[in-house]
Amino acid sequence: MTTAVSTEAGLGPVPDEFDRHVVEQFLYREARLADEGDYDAWEALWTNDALYWVPVDGEGGEPQQQMSVIYDNRNRISTRLAQLRTGKRYAQAPPSNLRRLLSNIEFLGGRENPDGGVDLEVGANFLAFESRARGTRLWGGRTTYRIRRGGPDLQDLLLAYKKVVLVDNDQPLPTLGFLI
Amino acid sequence: MTTVINPAADSGSLYDRLIKRDKVHGSLYTDPTIFAEELRKIWYRSWVFVGHESEVAQPGDYVRKRLGLQDVIMTRDRDGELHLLLNRCAHRGNQVCDDARGNASAFRCPYHGWTYRNNGELVGFPFFKGYGQRKLDLALARVPRVDSYHGFVFGSFAAEGPTLLEHLGSAAGEMDRLARLSPEGRVELTAGWLQHRTRANWKLLAENETDGYHPQFVHGSIFGVTGSTIGPLYSDSSAAVTRDLGNGHSENDLRPEFRRFGEPMRWFGTTESRVREYVAAMRAKHGAEAERILIEGGPHVMIFPNLFIAEIQVFNIQPVAAGECIQHSTAVQLVGAPELNRRMVSQCVGSVGPAGMLLADDTEMYERNQAGLGSLTPEWVDVRRGLNREEVDENGFTIGGATDETGMRGFWRQYKSLMEAR
Repeated sequence: MTTAVSTEAGLGPVPDEFDRHVVEQFLYREARLADEGDYDAWEALWTNDALYWVPVDGEGGEPQQQMSVIYDNRNRISTRLAQLRTGKRYAQAPPSNLRRLLSNIEFLGGRENPDGGVDLEVGANFLAFESRARGTRLWGGRTTYRIRRGGPDLQDLLLAYKKVVLVDNDQPLPTLGFLI
Repeated sequence: MTTVINPAADSGSLYDRLIKRDKVHGSLYTDPTIFAEELRKIWYRSWVFVGHESEVAQPGDYVRKRLGLQDVIMTRDRDGELHLLLNRCAHRGNQVCDDARGNASAFRCPYHGWTYRNNGELVGFPFFKGYGQRKLDLALARVPRVDSYHGFVFGSFAAEGPTLLEHLGSAAGEMDRLARLSPEGRVELTAGWLQHRTRANWKLLAENETDGYHPQFVHGSIFGVTGSTIGPLYSDSSAAVTRDLGNGHSENDLRPEFRRFGEPMRWFGTTESRVREYVAAMRAKHGAEAERILIEGGPHVMIFPNLFIAEIQVFNIQPVAAGECIQHSTAVQLVGAPELNRRMVSQCVGSVGPAGMLLADDTEMYERNQAGLGSLTPEWVDVRRGLNREEVDENGFTIGGATDETGMRGFWRQYKSLMEAR
């Protein structure tokens, strides 16, 4: 499945104020925090209107009406992480050993956000290697991120949206206990 | 696991030796020859849940399904009739349908171009002179018996046997309770299915669905952080009961707890003020009866062998091998209740499937159980919980406490009777 973002409604030109190197470092950091299960630092990346979406059957349907593997708003991200922090989220206790690669990072465009600014939309391919007691598995797909400037003087980057389209999301998937 | 039982040392049938009132043998979950026999005697004989009529709402709609290991196409023909066709060309066995779902009046085999109507009839094949005739007495095979109840479609590979209603028995009443939650009395399954690959025997799942003993432990992490009121429903002080409904079906009847509170929509984890349109529609439809329905909520019923209805979600357990199955899960959608349907999708997405905050933990337990059953000893799985306090209710059903293994024992009784049949 390809992410046909160029035809997606609401996508404008790539905003100027995002430096490619800084954005890439931000994405690598997000990936590392997820790999290492650093839930507090990972949670701090998100905006208040966050959306974390893992659809099924390609790009997924209308998420209010169709099942998704994950469709978390900010509140549910917080619940998911709180459950993980209990240490009794057995699907992830003991935690998976993980490392993922990001590649093919593309600046796709800009999207107006509720704060009146413009989020940068970025696409990237990923491959994640997971090891746990049941065995090892490769998870691969395409992620679409929306990145916002925030914090004092708008110098920080924040994550407003992360959609993870697994290449095999039309097939039965094993338990996905970690942050993908 | 290795069967250490010496078959010659005991009298009775194999299943008599493996299934006792208070324990079942571990090999039932691990032995490939038993799995092969289950395919013949349960999955390819008994009524098995396949899908829902609403998945093929329009003439020409089709959706691929599994019945046991069989690749089945559920179709609706131009006359609106439903068919379960085997996805195998009558010529050389190729797949005639490769899309997961769609709309088509015919399926054309890609190998030699044989074409079948969506009712299975062979309509043509290229270069007919090689057969000396334009017609052949061939067709897509069909599941011989197809029937539905509240739109839930079941198939049976046995040409004769109990009717679907006979098979459902008292579980039909639980499906009535589900449909009654719709202001129009109709349920749909139109939200699509999650598919969760599970390295465990299908029976571990069927047993767990009405096991009221595990929730506080397996799901304590999510109950704790959300302040959920579900936990206490499954405790030794709960008034809820586990009921053996017969024919292998069982339920956790939570109504005694919900009646105690007497709050409409508590069963859904909400209050009526948050779903006003729905509550109003139900009162308009049901009048005085509405309060009871809104307080008691939906069923929590496991229908043998593979349909589990858990209040707002539906599961289809698909066997793959002795040590593997796939859980298909979706949200219940109630016709005439858009306000509730959105919430049901949202709650289900949070709860079920590979990343679900409930089911991923259940699945971890299934997989660890399966691994544990590889131990040489002990050989047995214990199912005695509640035998000391079982009762027969006013309708003649065996009931146990909220946390008792009454449902599992009912499951095994049905299983044994099917497996002992010729």
